[in-house]
Amino acid sequence: MRLAWTGGGLWLPIIFYLAVATLFPFVTGPDKLLLAKTGGGILWVAALLASLLPIERLILPDREAGIMDQLSLRGWSDEMIASAKIAGQVMAFGLPLLLATFIASALIGLPENKLPILLLALAFALPALSGLGVTIAALTAGLQGASALGGLLLVPMAVPLLIFGAGTLGETPGNALQLLAATSLAMTAVSPFAAGAALRASRG
Amino acid sequence: MGSGQASLPSVKLDNVAVIRGNRIILQGFSLTAGAGDIIWIRGANGSGKSTLLRTIAGLLPHASGHMQMKGNIALSDENLGLDSNLPLEKALAFWANMDGANADSRYNALTAMDLTALSDVPVRFLSSGQRRRASLARVIASGAGLWLLDEPYNGLDSANCARLDNALLRHAASGGIALVAAHQSPSINVADSILLDQSRKAA
Repeated sequence: MRLAWTGGGLWLPIIFYLAVATLFPFVTGPDKLLLAKTGGGILWVAALLASLLPIERLILPDREAGIMDQLSLRGWSDEMIASAKIAGQVMAFGLPLLLATFIASALIGLPENKLPILLLALAFALPALSGLGVTIAALTAGLQGASALGGLLLVPMAVPLLIFGAGTLGETPGNALQLLAATSLAMTAVSPFAAGAALRASRG
Repeated sequence: MGSGQASLPSVKLDNVAVIRGNRIILQGFSLTAGAGDIIWIRGANGSGKSTLLRTIAGLLPHASGHMQMKGNIALSDENLGLDSNLPLEKALAFWANMDGANADSRYNALTAMDLTALSDVPVRFLSSGQRRRASLARVIASGAGLWLLDEPYNGLDSANCARLDNALLRHAASGGIALVAAHQSPSINVADSILLDQSRKAA
């Protein structure tokens, strides 16, 4: 049921993610060492930017169709709606992205021993990215230029995830992984309430 | 949620005020409705009919006064409230399952609004009159005791207006309440009609 809400346009962020992984080696040339060193970081940036793409359709279409109203009528709190949306986004965006990472890391020439840690770190970060995405979608729904504004809001908020996430690709992944998990946990825990408050404030 | 009309529905509003932005939309509004009542809420465009229904539905906060509602609420307004990518029948089933309504009541609702022929058509292909009927079918299928209908006759031809009247009469006969906001008179007997005042004051 939660998946039903986020249907449509599912593949766009994933295609974007894979496109970055395909194009990057063309720019740098087939330098294996350079790719191995930078590839993981590029995948992190690509994942973050890919999470921006669905923002405009996360909340707005359902609100305009009156789906949110109908859920509220049936006793759903705004926080419950936001949580369901976040869970839906983790499933519709996070899981396919993790699967696509197998292909992307091969395309970008990431050393095989780095793949498990990249997958693990992405899996830690994706709930937080989804939470941020839904919160920002709820804040900007219905505004002019919502997607540009969404990008402006999401990028700075996601910087800690990016720093710790890319840090896990360094020499001592353990510390960065712990910091990443802590940051992600905090963001994921707060986002249903932030998004719920935004939904409540925007209901007219 | 819950099981429909376990107890008879009722609505009681006492001295309710609603403020949106910095404008008073409703002030000192009182309303009492019991089982079997169909109430026509009339008033010019912008007189606060939709705001009143959305407040009763709990979607908007009221600034003062007292509201007491019994029974489940179903709302049909300008928003369709159906997933536009699903076939009509499936889109209705999404809510009906959440309301615990069975397939029979869904089928009856489709029949009542003459939509059975369209049950496989995706919601986004429906015309505006068909959308209105679909939204009414959603209300009928919900089995809720309290119907809030915002301009339900808009976009309906005379045959479908008659279908809606029949549905309203059946709803009232089974002990339900319907609050119908419309700028023109419904063609059935209503228990009460309430005129919303147009005058507004800055808060």
